[in-house]
Amino acid sequence: MSSFETYLLVRAQLENSHTLEIARGDGAYKAFSKVLETSMEPEAVTEEVKKSGLRGRGGAGFPTGLKWSFMPNHETDTRSRYMAVNADESEPGTCKDRVLMREDPHCLIEGCLIAAYAMRLEAVYVYVRGEYRLPYDRMQAALDEARAAGLVGQNILGSGFSCEIHMHKGAGAYICGEETGLMESLEGKRGHPRPKPPFPAGFGLWGQPTTVNNVESIFNVPFILERGADWFRTLGTESSPGNFLCGISGHVEKPGVYEVPLGIPARTIVEDLAGGIWKGRALKAWFPGGSSTGVLPADTLDTPMDHDSVKGAGSMFGTGAMIILDETACVVRSALVLARFYEHESCGQCSQCREGTEWLEQIIARLLDGRGQSGDIDLLTDLCNGMTPGKTICALSDAAALPVLAALRHFRSEFEALIPAPAEVST
Amino acid sequence: MALPETLRTEFDELCKKYPQGRAGLIPALHRCQEELGGWLSPEILTDCAEYFALEPVEVYAVASFYPMFFLRPVGKHVVSVCRNISCDLRGAQEITQAAEQCTGASCGSSSEDGQFYLEEVECQGACTNAPMMVVDGKYHEDLDAEAVTRILGGLK
Repeated sequence: MSSFETYLLVRAQLENSHTLEIARGDGAYKAFSKVLETSMEPEAVTEEVKKSGLRGRGGAGFPTGLKWSFMPNHETDTRSRYMAVNADESEPGTCKDRVLMREDPHCLIEGCLIAAYAMRLEAVYVYVRGEYRLPYDRMQAALDEARAAGLVGQNILGSGFSCEIHMHKGAGAYICGEETGLMESLEGKRGHPRPKPPFPAGFGLWGQPTTVNNVESIFNVPFILERGADWFRTLGTESSPGNFLCGISGHVEKPGVYEVPLGIPARTIVEDLAGGIWKGRALKAWFPGGSSTGVLPADTLDTPMDHDSVKGAGSMFGTGAMIILDETACVVRSALVLARFYEHESCGQCSQCREGTEWLEQIIARLLDGRGQSGDIDLLTDLCNGMTPGKTICALSDAAALPVLAALRHFRSEFEALIPAPAEVST
Repeated sequence: MALPETLRTEFDELCKKYPQGRAGLIPALHRCQEELGGWLSPEILTDCAEYFALEPVEVYAVASFYPMFFLRPVGKHVVSVCRNISCDLRGAQEITQAAEQCTGASCGSSSEDGQFYLEEVECQGACTNAPMMVVDGKYHEDLDAEAVTRILGGLK
């Protein structure tokens, strides 16, 4: 068993870690207090996050500090500015943010405060998927405690710095995890993604400068400010520093959310942490980071779990949520389950996605029903190529098409085996 | 008026969180569904439209976009079984069958006695504890058919 330093889930081990008393006793709000007490320049805070190399944990892996630096100069652009924390955790396989909000809400609040200080925000909205009742309630209770303790609101700790943090509840639409869909939804509308440009930093919530960050990204910020960017870079890899929460699900003995350094071999997570493939079976396939990342065959399990390495293996790191399929699993059935999901979640704005996701589902369903036709695999391929890359307003179309292309690339024979042989013509 | 004064007062507070009150619409619809019979009737949507100074069709457009809102009456207990990949790999179909058997409802409909509404839903974000279902907003995880029967049987 390999050993490594952890920090994300350390406090969560304490009893009542979600309360202010326990969290503060364990050092919560120390990093934020340090920022206030030393009167750090807001730009210096952003610089530290940039230097740490922290990459967004919501799926795209975009550098967080760089995203912050896109916010317009406060002297020349005096509009109100906002941050939305993306807690609409809906990517199949992914369930890490709920652990963070449920067990250590104060660390997320502290991260929001530091981000608000760095970007001179007027308010932060934490957009939580509607189904996450307990994580939402824990966050709201923590926020109430923090406000009562003078840590949130006006003139925080007598520093002159003010910031409001608000909880906001979604209502169950995957597309609201897309940052512009999230903003539309937060404004009280259908969650239809917006064409980009304009980008959120220039035209976000209510047309004001806005940054959208994933829960786990913001959760890393207090540690970076307290222990320094150099410390952060001692964990993980050169291009993907830090630890991440790997939710591993599917056919393993011990599914769970594990804290590991970026760059750890996928095999170590499966075999050492998750107890190996269940029922003594062999691995057939795995998704590295949620359902939108292309499925990989068993012989790629030594791939290090970081953005560049997983990309090199022909997939994407995504949310780092590994989904494991054992030797008995049917890859085509999994493709159907996901096609059905994307069809359900397409917002319907772009025809490639609206129609494409439905056709994908229908074609894969007829293969499994024994009604497949000889041209179906080429049809699936053509259809997917019409849906990706970059042909639509947002990436949902790509997310639906790429996994099907990956499944066809690595498991084509499973699809072919489902097509009935042509009936022999008797003469 | 379908929208009681208590909720109106609550919405006044809610909308203060946002620079534009409309942002309170979705949380407000949640509260209506929770407090006013488990679904959003045309009367409630119309009242919400009036409250938020929107056209009724705009509120309907929003309410109909989000799977958590019901636009027709549903059984007293709402049972949502996840059918997405992590749950599917660990026996979601068996969970759905057990739930159908126990509630007497088929997916997407309510039981005849009005006690249950059963639905299959997409990923609920509890993948490492699959298979799972949500009953009246509460997560039940690491399920098997026996647990489903016990949980739903306890509600009868």
